[in-house]
Formats: sequence, C-alpha cells, structure tokens
Amino acid sequence: MSEQALNFMPSEGFRARAKDVVENPFLRQSFRGAMDFLINKRITQFPDPEELESLRTLGEQIRQYNLGKLPSLLVELEENLTRNGIKVHWAETPDEANAIILGICQAHSAKLMVKGKSMVSEEIELNHACEAAGIDAMESDMGEYIVQLAGEKPSHIIMPAIHKTKQEIAELFAAKVPGIDYTDNVDELIQIGRKVLREKFLVADIGLSGVNFAVAETGTLCLVENEGNGRLSTTAPPVHIAITGIEKIVEKLDHVPPLLSLLTRSATGQNISTYFNMISGPRKPHEKDGPTEVHLVLLDNGRTQAYADEQLRKTLQCIRCGACMNHCPVYTRIGGHAYGTTYPGPIGKIISPHMLGLEATKSMATASSLCGACGEVCPVKIPIPELLMRLREESFSAPHANPAMRGQGAGYSALVSTIWRGWAAVYRSPALYRMATWLGSRFGGLMPSNQGPWTSVRVPLKPAPKRLRDLLKERG
Amino acid sequence: MSEQAKTSQRPADVYFFATCVVDQFFPGAGLDAITLLEREGIRVHFPEEQTCCGQPAYTSGFPDEARKVAALQLTLFPNDWPVVVPSGSCAGMMKHHYPTLFAADPARKAQADALSSRIYEFTDFLVNVLGWQPEDKGGDCTVVLHTSCSARREMGVHLTGRKLLGGLNKVKVAQQDHESECCGFGGTFSIKQPEISGAMVEDKVKSLKATGAERVVSADCGCLMNILGHAAWKDKQAGLAQPSLPGEHIASFLLRRTEERSSK
Amino acid sequence: MSARDRILAKLNAAPVLPKAAPDIAAWYQTHRGTESTAEKAARFRGCIEFAHAEVHVVSPASWPQKLAEVLADKQIGKLLVAPGTDHGARAIAGLTSGGIECRGYDSRIEAWKEELFHDIPASLTAARCAIAETGTLVLWPDEHEPRLMSLVPPVHIVLLDAATTHNTFYEAMQSEGWANGLPTNALLISGPSKTADIQVTLAYGAHGPKELIVLLMGEAA
Ligand code: SF4
Repeated sequence: MSEQALNFMPSEGFRARAKDVVENPFLRQSFRGAMDFLINKRITQFPDPEELESLRTLGEQIRQYNLGKLPSLLVELEENLTRNGIKVHWAETPDEANAIILGICQAHSAKLMVKGKSMVSEEIELNHACEAAGIDAMESDMGEYIVQLAGEKPSHIIMPAIHKTKQEIAELFAAKVPGIDYTDNVDELIQIGRKVLREKFLVADIGLSGVNFAVAETGTLCLVENEGNGRLSTTAPPVHIAITGIEKIVEKLDHVPPLLSLLTRSATGQNISTYFNMISGPRKPHEKDGPTEVHLVLLDNGRTQAYADEQLRKTLQCIRCGACMNHCPVYTRIGGHAYGTTYPGPIGKIISPHMLGLEATKSMATASSLCGACGEVCPVKIPIPELLMRLREESFSAPHANPAMRGQGAGYSALVSTIWRGWAAVYRSPALYRMATWLGSRFGGLMPSNQGPWTSVRVPLKPAPKRLRDLLKERG
Repeated sequence: MSEQAKTSQRPADVYFFATCVVDQFFPGAGLDAITLLEREGIRVHFPEEQTCCGQPAYTSGFPDEARKVAALQLTLFPNDWPVVVPSGSCAGMMKHHYPTLFAADPARKAQADALSSRIYEFTDFLVNVLGWQPEDKGGDCTVVLHTSCSARREMGVHLTGRKLLGGLNKVKVAQQDHESECCGFGGTFSIKQPEISGAMVEDKVKSLKATGAERVVSADCGCLMNILGHAAWKDKQAGLAQPSLPGEHIASFLLRRTEERSSK
Repeated sequence: MSARDRILAKLNAAPVLPKAAPDIAAWYQTHRGTESTAEKAARFRGCIEFAHAEVHVVSPASWPQKLAEVLADKQIGKLLVAPGTDHGARAIAGLTSGGIECRGYDSRIEAWKEELFHDIPASLTAARCAIAETGTLVLWPDEHEPRLMSLVPPVHIVLLDAATTHNTFYEAMQSEGWANGLPTNALLISGPSKTADIQVTLAYGAHGPKELIVLLMGEAA
C-alpha cells in the first residue's frame, strides 16, 4: 500500500476542507455542542485541581519511565506473552502488519472478522486489506459501525461518529439495514445495531481489537470500553488478534490504575469505563470459552523515528484519550475529517508526521494558534504546543543531512526563510528597527487596504502615527 | 501567577519592555501603563534599544532568527530591577521560553535564567508586587475581559486582570461564554489558516458582544488587534459608524478609571 | 533481519534516557483514604447505581430469595448459572422449586453458542471482589463460570460479598497480589453496557448486558 493511500486525503486540500466545515453553520454548531459536552463532563471528574495536577505528573512519570526502558520492556512483554500462550508478531510498516493479520485469517480460512475499536487498525487501513483479500471486516463499536455503514472514516478517536446527527444515522440505517423502518430514537437505533452485530459475533471467525495498555511483567493486554463489543470481539470468536503501537507498554501491573483513571476521566468524564478487560492468554484446556488462539501484532510505523529524538519521544507518551481534540478550538471549528489523517486534532498533528512523513502532513503543524489548551488538559503532560513548534522548524528549515524526521524541509521556502532572516536582521539591530518603525509610523497611512488573509475578516493594520518611543520623547 | 511572593519592599525602579506591537500599534497603551506606574512613585526606565521579544519567529518555526533577536533583549536590563511587560504572551516568551531558547549557550542561558525571574506581566506586577488597589473614580460601566492564551496558561493573567477590574467599584465585569478559548490570533496562524482563524475570531467577537459589555479590555495587544480588527470589519460590513465593540488595553482603562474627574 | 530485529535495533540506537521509577504507592497514600467496610459498600453502591446498575442488599441466607424476586419481577423464566460453584448450586436449589429453569454452563461454548446468544435471558455470577472508588465489580472468570456468562445474556446478576470491597483498583491488585498471576481473563465491570456514540446521547445495552443487578451481601441485612 502506498503512503498516499494511507494519508487518505492529501495535505494540500486541508485548507479547502477546513473552509467547507467552517462555512457550514450546522456542522459548526454540532461540533461545538459535542465538544462542550465532553469538556463539561471532564470537569466534573476533576473537582480538585491539586489531585488532577499530581495525577497528571504521575501519569507523565509512568509513561516516561516506561518509554525509557522501551526496548527491554518489549522483549520482556514478548517473553511473558509467549509464556502465556499469546503469539507475538512484529511489523515495521502497515503493509507488514496487514500481511501478518491476513496470514492468520487465511490459516483459519476466515470469512468474517469482527472488530472492536482500534485506531491502529485504521492507521494500517486494515479494512481495505481485508476487503482486497475477500475477508469481511465488520466494525462493531457503534460509532465505528455507523461510520463504516456510511462509507466514511472516524472523525474522532473516541467518538467516531460525532459528526453525524441522529437523523442522518436514522436515514442511514433505514437505507442500509434490511427490514428496518426509519426511527431517530437513539435507544431504538442502538438496539438495531445490537441486533445486527450480535449475529456477527455469533458466527465471526476472527475477533480483532486494539490494546490500551500492554503489561510486560504479567504478559497482559488491557482494553478499555463501554459497549461490550471489545469483550465480545476478544471472547466470542475462536481467534483473537490484537494490534498495538509499540509504545503502549507498561512494565508493572500497578502502572495501570493511575493511567486508567486519567484515561477515562479525561476522555469521556467517566470515573471508570464500563469494562476493563485484561487478557493474559487464550482459553486453557479445561476452560469452556474464550479464543483458542490469541495473537498480538506490535506495530512500529514511524514510532521508532519519534523515539530516536528526546523531544519528539514525548509524542509517544500519549494514551489516546482524545481530550486534546475535545479542547482544541481548531478541531472544534473543523471536525476530524478535514485533517485527512487517521488521528485528527492536536495528537494527530504531532503523531501523523512520523507515520506519513512531513511531506504529506506539512499543513498540519501550521493549523494551530498555539493556544495551549491541548497541553493544559493532556493527562500525561505532553507539551503539544512545543512539539508543534518543533515540527514547524523541521518542516520549514532547509533540507539537511541526517534529519530527525522523514520529510524534513518539506515546507522549506527560500523566500520565506529570507523574509525571516531579514526580519531578524532588522529586529536584532536597534538602529535598523528604529528606522523601519519610523518609516512605518510616517507612512502607515499608505498601508494597503488589502492585506491578504488578514483583511478577509479584519480591517487593515496600520501603525500608529507616533511610536511609544516618540510619545515618551515628546513627554520629556 | 508569579512565583515571587509579594515583596514588602516596593521597587523604586523598573524596566519597561514595551513589545514591538505596543511600540508600533498601541503606543497609547504603553504610555498609559508607564504613567500608571509612575503615579505609584516608581521610576520607569525604557531601554531605547529594545525591539521585540522574538516570539513571532520562535512560534513560526524559526528559532535561530528568534535567538538572534532575543539575544539583543538579553543585554538591555543590566540592573537588578523588575522588567514590566504590558503583554502576557511576550512576558511568557521572555520568562518561560528564553531559558529554553538559549539552552545550548551557557553564558546566555545564565543571563536568560536571571532575566526570567525578573519578568512581570503588567497586571501581575500591579497585583502581586505592588499590591495595588485601584480606587474607582469613574461612573457605572460594564466591561468584558479577554485574556490571551499564553498569558492565561503561562502567566495566570486572567486572575490578576480579573482582580484589578473587580477592585473597581462601579465597573461590572461581564462573563462571556467560552471565556478561556483562543481568539484565533496566533501570530502567523491568522495568515496561514485564515479560514479557521477567521471562524475563531468571529465566535470570540460574538461571545464578547453577547455579554452586552460596553467595551472589551485585555492585557494583550495581539488579541486586541485581532478582536477589534474583526469587530470593526463587521461594523463596516453593517455600515455602522460607531464601533459596536470598542476596546483597549487594560492599562489605559485602569488609568482612566483611577484618574481624578474621570468619566469612564 | 526480521522486523523484530529492525525495530529493536532502531530503539536500541536511540538515546538512553532513563527516568526514575514512578512512586505509585506514595500517590495513593496521599490521595486516597481507607474507609470502613460499611463506607466502602456505600461508596460502591452510590457509584454503580449512578452508572445505572440495580443494587439489592441481601444476606448470606436470604440472597436466593431475593434472586427469585428479582427474576419474578422482570418476568425472567430462565437463568444461566455455574453449577460447579457454591452459589450456582444454591441458586439451582432455591429457584427450581419456584419454576425458574436453571441452565448450567456445562459444556464448551462451541456446543451451544446459538442457544447462549438467542435463548438465555439472564445469568448469575459471583464477583471476586469490588472497588469502592469507582463502583466496580471484579470478575475472574474460570472453567466453572466462563467469560461469556457476564457478557452475552441481556440481564447479568452478580453476587457480591461486601466484605471483599477494596478502596481502589490499586489496592485490589496490590493486596491480592495480582502481579503474581492473572487468569486468562480478568474483568472490571462498572455498570450495564452503554454507548454515547449517537449524538452523545447515552443509551444502555449496546452489546453487553442491558441490565446489571448486584446482590450486595452484607452481614447485617
Ligand atoms: S496527546 Fe494527551 S490529550 Fe491528546 S489524546 Fe494523547 S494523551 Fe490524550
């Protein structure tokens, strides 16, 4: 599969896609409403600022500690999973991951795969790979199911169908689910989904899931969910395949409770999710259910690139709670699809360049006012604005040898770099600055009334006729 | 909020770092801030050589250029006096980002660290160093306060600004919805992503206007440029002669409210 | 070189940035209190009821009777039980006389998957312990009480001994020594299945049980 297929919408179209959403008052209002809802739910979970702050610090420490030992922890995890009877596979690229998964499916002559929610499976475009191989891959998370039925992509990592109204979903179901009458009652819609998917769980050959935390010391895969589809996907079919990025690992079981608490409280404002599912092996000989085979696919896909740089490594602290997107004024305005990448919002901006290269993602880092709302809520204290500035630097600097990132220099423009050099020449020199600003104040009236993008919604900028330093001199 | 405890000793001298935006676009705000400080008996020193904190280049991904400009500012404040900055985001740049910017240059890093501890955002200085209690001499008035994101998240300025306005008896401070949300300025963001930036400032101005406040005040001229620029553009579209949302730097507002025989 | 070797080689070539081990015990020490059994039971109950579970306080002697009442109330005539457990055996003994059919999970799932998915309206399992802080039931399914019992039937009834309630998840795993050995599947359950995926509107019974009923067994009741 080519990079272009993964980056399912080219970066060049970002502004146009953003504009489409921004100019749709209905979509604007619905994103705003949904994000406000999630923001307020989160607030109720953190009434004590000291507790929040100390728990975030602990979360950051846990993630950094584990990343610090990542290579040895992966080996330990592999050993313990293998001892528990779980087969471990390693994939450097999406293609490799898909080949591994399809290989397992083919070994079982699988026709139907049911999927619990897994953003990593979106990242590798597993559904396409399955389709090409004649395997029916069916999403079972309600949001993912809706999005799949509509032939779309998730627009939020926690709430995949957040861009759709219940009326749209009602129409979709009426059109696509056989024998269903139109209803926009949410309970009824969910029961329709339940009924359809139950029959799939009953007969599926393969269950696929993501992983929220992989515990090295016990060889355990942990899954967080509310619906029960994650449990069904990992329990009902005879084969379970889990897929995860290599960074989702913790050394100790006791690292899990603080991270779980941060995750569910930050994501959906729940003190805990309905289910927390800890899988440490396939069915044992005397057990009566559970899969007889469990596999784990460990995916790199650019994560090792982030890992190689001390600052960029912080990207891998992420526990995928989605709080950064809920609080992002840009995400709130444009929704998830405009980003054109599997992971939207602030986390998408900092992780996607490692997966897709800076060439394919160069618009993303510029689409931030650096307001800091993301970094403020991130439960593991990823300094997202700082990372965005770093990505801007990687993108805009002239291409050089041994870059830290694939596509370094993708946004380089000799003209823009010259402008900034000129700017620095003026602003580092008191004399030049004085001259330039004096000219500005004298001829401010000559400023054009069309100042490009600035004046699309604002009046033109005009320097004041007298600078502060002039006023101070006059005053004496 | 400043980590420094309230100094029992009021400083006799301070430096004033105006910022390039105030120097060129809002000189009145700078003058008002200086006047207010002087009225409190403080000698205010304005180093003539000052230009810009370097933030525009820094946030745009040109740290080398930012470093060159920042290096000049490092040399301008030789005495151990507080440096008052009438802009939360520039203060945040000097206080929190200079040490990072010069991390690889030990001599300048030491200078940056020393300077960092002396940087005060204007309202932070009034509240936490001077313990200033404004005496309101104006008439009834409703204002709405907008705080820039870096000022809020790096400097805690929303608290000090609110405290100062709260100390004015006849001033009612209105509460806008989505108060903590960014106005959409973000320096080059407003040029590179005008659609998104435009949507953000549109929503911000709507929220501010919906409070019915007579004016918006802010401790950050970058945001004011954006907010007032959009409000004026809207007025122009609607053919209004009077601004529907006038605004000014909090220093100008505070000075006027506390001057003898003031109206508003 | 295999993908494994290439990935590990890249990671091992990266700068080594060792960080101090997090002190998790200290955080719980300073941020979470320890409560009496009664307080924990009350907290547990408040939380799980908030998550839409139904809680009935029972005694070790009376719970089969309460179970019968709950089933009668909901007009459920058939219950999936684990005959190899004490509580399963007691349920069978207590219910059969009342005309409730008790179906035992007595064979491998392959033999009766369809029946489980289509014809079992409710199940009874025990909880290993509970967590007060989050209103959470802990289940360790085993050969007698397999995993799907708590998942597929639309109504799940859980027998919980209030005395086994821990203050926190951390305390549960520490005091019970989970790190020394976990079952193939350990579960935390904190309410009936739910989703808010349609217009952030909460709906229960997404894929798992629509109703979660806790028989909270204390000494006094
Ligand atoms: S970056 Fe932080 S806030 Fe965003 S999804 Fe990851 S953990 Fe959550």
